[in-house]
Amino acid sequence: MLTTRLVLLVLPLLLAGAVFSTAGPRSALLLLVGVGFGLVLEGLRFGFAGPWRLAVTERDGRGVIAQLVAIGLTALIAIPLLDFAPGELAGAHAPIGLAMIGGAFVFGAAMQIVMGCGSGTLVNAGSGNLAGAVALVGFIIGSFAGTLHLDWWTSLGSLPVLTIQDLAGSNGGLAATLAGLLAIAVIFFRRSDPGKRLPPGRLWVAAVLLAVLAVLNLVIAGQPWGIVYGLGLWGAKAAQAGGMDVAANVFWSNPTNTGRLNQSVLTDFTSLTNFGIVVGALVAMRWRPVLAKQVTNFAASGWASIVIAGLLLGYSARLAFGCNVGAFFSGISTGSLHGWVWFAAAFAGSFYGIRLRPILLRLAESRQAIGRAA
Amino acid sequence: MTPAHPNRLVVAFGTLLALVAFVFADVAGSPAIDPFQAPAPVALGSGQAPGGAHCSQL
Repeated sequence: MLTTRLVLLVLPLLLAGAVFSTAGPRSALLLLVGVGFGLVLEGLRFGFAGPWRLAVTERDGRGVIAQLVAIGLTALIAIPLLDFAPGELAGAHAPIGLAMIGGAFVFGAAMQIVMGCGSGTLVNAGSGNLAGAVALVGFIIGSFAGTLHLDWWTSLGSLPVLTIQDLAGSNGGLAATLAGLLAIAVIFFRRSDPGKRLPPGRLWVAAVLLAVLAVLNLVIAGQPWGIVYGLGLWGAKAAQAGGMDVAANVFWSNPTNTGRLNQSVLTDFTSLTNFGIVVGALVAMRWRPVLAKQVTNFAASGWASIVIAGLLLGYSARLAFGCNVGAFFSGISTGSLHGWVWFAAAFAGSFYGIRLRPILLRLAESRQAIGRAA
Repeated sequence: MTPAHPNRLVVAFGTLLALVAFVFADVAGSPAIDPFQAPAPVALGSGQAPGGAHCSQL
């Protein structure tokens, strides 16, 4: 076990060293930040999809409240930083629109079906969950497909980019953000059963660590933590390698995106933290003395549902200008109003996803049991 | 009869290996990174405008 743990300690450093020598110090640092995210999310069992489900089905708001704490702590540093260095740092600011709202709704439903959001799918795959690995493939293809149609979807109608700093200034915007998060936390607190209201110590630690890592991401990369862009880029690069003229598409002909497409993936910040999350989750999973069981005994229709839900996760996240990380966590913590709308729409979608999951993901065993009973 | 599924180690290391293979293939097919053009280690205080891409961007 000691040897295994030594290898696990060295693995991220070796990978960071390789990235450093290939792409420079910023890329190596971002890989390590991603490893930190993966360690915290898997090691301390901090998630997004699961707590949303528990809040609805078990009247257990502890996980959601921990998410709101993490976002609030990040905002406490990120919003003043954006005001201090507007030429060097950018927020996760996106427009509210019809496709954005619809995308968030579908994302919320799909993440309950695969039991993994943007970060959760990476963590699940990295920690050896077969359903997570399958969903990740769908997520990559879906987020790339979303980029191909994004201009059409956004043309259906959207507002200009609105930030809370534009409406209330930096200090006022920070105060409004914290007040909004507190108000939602109070709602979840009051709706939860006694004993399921205050997060346990593990989630408080995770919330603080996630906030520290999110601020580091902003300070190092110049932009907030994100997931979806990197996954869409991987799909675009695979399609381009397969002969598709990706750069002819409106989205990929944008100079920023063309640059990412033609440069090494090790220069893309969200890709680097995504790689790191997978590595961190793997390390946290293997660090435990006993491996968790593989709980993916689904019927064939269940696997088909996971693939389709993975595709929908990626496609809808692209239309929604981010997932639970890029839109919800980073959007709200850097002042984008689309983050709040994303949360409302995704939570509503999640409500339906919770009901769809047992219908779509039937276990092979239960089908056999039904067959035997008949 | 329950169908056999690979255990977590197989899936986790399979995922990692797939990503490493993807990165190797991508780096091999991309222009080499000029260290003199590489961004400063940290964006804050670098004087450089944020040039990355993010899912919130159109």
